[in-house]
Amino acid sequence: MADAPAAGKPGLFGRRSTDPSDSMSYLESVPRRLVTLYLPLSIILLVLLFPFYWMALTSIKPDEQLLDLEKFNPFWTPTPTLKHIAKLLFETNYLNWLWNTMFVAIAATILSIIASVLAAYAMVRLRYKGAQWVGGAIFLAYLIPPSILFIPLSTVVFQYGLFDTPFALILTYPTILIPFSTWLLMGYFKTIPYELEECALIDGASRWQIMTKIVLPLSIPGLISAFIFCFTLCWNEFIYALTFISSTHNKTVPVAIVNEFTDGDIYRWGSLMAGALVGSLPLVALYAFFVEHYVSAMTGAVKE
Amino acid sequence: MTDVAADRRLGKRPARDITAWDRLKVNRNWLGAWYMVPAAAFLLLFLAYPLLLGVWLSFTDTRIGQAGEFVGLENYEWLWEDSVFWMSVFNTLLYTGVASIIKFAVGLYLALLLNRHMPFKAIIRAVVLIPFIVPTVLSAIAFWWLYDSQFSIISWTLRQLGLIAANINFLGDVWNARWSTIFANIWRGVPFVAITLLAGLQTISPSLYEAATIDGARSWQMFRHVTFPLLTPIIAVVMTFSVLFTFTDFQLIWVLTRGGPVNATHLMATLSYQRAILGGYLGEGAAIATAMIPFLLAAIMISWFGLQRRKWQQGGSDG
Repeated sequence: MADAPAAGKPGLFGRRSTDPSDSMSYLESVPRRLVTLYLPLSIILLVLLFPFYWMALTSIKPDEQLLDLEKFNPFWTPTPTLKHIAKLLFETNYLNWLWNTMFVAIAATILSIIASVLAAYAMVRLRYKGAQWVGGAIFLAYLIPPSILFIPLSTVVFQYGLFDTPFALILTYPTILIPFSTWLLMGYFKTIPYELEECALIDGASRWQIMTKIVLPLSIPGLISAFIFCFTLCWNEFIYALTFISSTHNKTVPVAIVNEFTDGDIYRWGSLMAGALVGSLPLVALYAFFVEHYVSAMTGAVKE
Repeated sequence: MTDVAADRRLGKRPARDITAWDRLKVNRNWLGAWYMVPAAAFLLLFLAYPLLLGVWLSFTDTRIGQAGEFVGLENYEWLWEDSVFWMSVFNTLLYTGVASIIKFAVGLYLALLLNRHMPFKAIIRAVVLIPFIVPTVLSAIAFWWLYDSQFSIISWTLRQLGLIAANINFLGDVWNARWSTIFANIWRGVPFVAITLLAGLQTISPSLYEAATIDGARSWQMFRHVTFPLLTPIIAVVMTFSVLFTFTDFQLIWVLTRGGPVNATHLMATLSYQRAILGGYLGEGAAIATAMIPFLLAAIMISWFGLQRRKWQQGGSDG
């Protein structure tokens, strides 16, 4: 957990410049830096960001400018319009889909975090017999991708009578989230000094009290990381939502956009891009507020 | 004296035996088992059971709405002679191989660039990760628009520059479609590789570079003999994840081409969806999905040995 904010070190995105890279940068000349650093970096950034610029631009361009690339400068629009976004929000079920996605993501995330906290605490602190093997098994579960599970899961979901309900997603998403967040939280719990718990045990606290009153408050950064990453994964999930949900009003944003907007109308691009933009914004906003937590979740899970 | 008095007052209750229930509440192994119940319930019901069920389904002729019977290896024999299946295997290997190599190369290069000192470093690093944050389907839709056969801005720009005469048919031509989907996958995967490798680079002590500089090492030598060896373990893990998720990719292909044109971009995941869910042949789809497992096992083994090596390098501590 080298960049856990909890560890007190400046993370990857910290403003304090204690990067190891700083120490010798004075050895380079300016033109050399221009060619070896700024030029390639700006090309890569341009490629990485252009699709988003294009998405945003398309969603505010009037229709006639969208398809006429000769008469208008395609890279800019002098007359932005909110027509596509208004159409999206008020003439389609988009708000409903947004709500479904949010509801499923939050419910699945909360369920997974509860299950992961208990499991991670038991494995790290109770150290019951065989905890290491269970830990290994959970890591393996992390490596099982949804694409090989969705066919049998669809029969399971059907048997349990969950087909085409939000619960089909709320109960299956934790299989993706629990392995990941358990590993992340195990890493966090390991950093909490065991002496704290010993003191509490001597004072007569039960294991449950130790967990809720000592360990959890100390691992709030870890919980935030796990929460944000799980939420993003839920929002991003596609194949289960595509397979287990069939009625329009139960769909999540990614599935609805792919299935409901692609009706062959050549003027669909404006509302398609508006849908993609509005569907991405909540995650980008969340990310902007919690960059540090997000990255520690991402790198933490890999480095454990 | 006071102790005796206290004992007498409290001692009204007879000391009771430790019951089995008390043991359940205190014994570490039992407590551990209680704490594991929710996670285990989810993972057994919705992960382990479906995994086994999937393997079982692949030996049956189950269809949607109709329970199947055991047919042995029939599905696999059928697939063995199916050219579309072999095409999907070829596509999956090509997609995974090319995309992973380029993701690794560009990701490592980007990580090295981001590791250097520059103004607005924090913001630039944060911005790099945005393609990874945005849901794949939504960015894939942006690519769909960028790859449009008539109104693609890429074709338009290249035509304005005089590099091509006619619009590129990005998704309509067999090889164009393959390269276009691979490019979109690389675009989405590079930030993940770059940021995780950057986190690895940050753990390398600057004193090693200073020592290498004093010894007269050039920048390539520093990379080759200091950076790369220290980064190897994390590269192994990151690339395992990258390969695993590229190999089982579904979203990008489904949005961009749905496997077309003429099945040229079907990956094993998309083909199994098409056969099982759209076609209704659950057994055959499950056989395709099961055929992916050996590849995944290979990737997991590599990850395992990567982790082992890392432990060894750190002197056996569990990290």
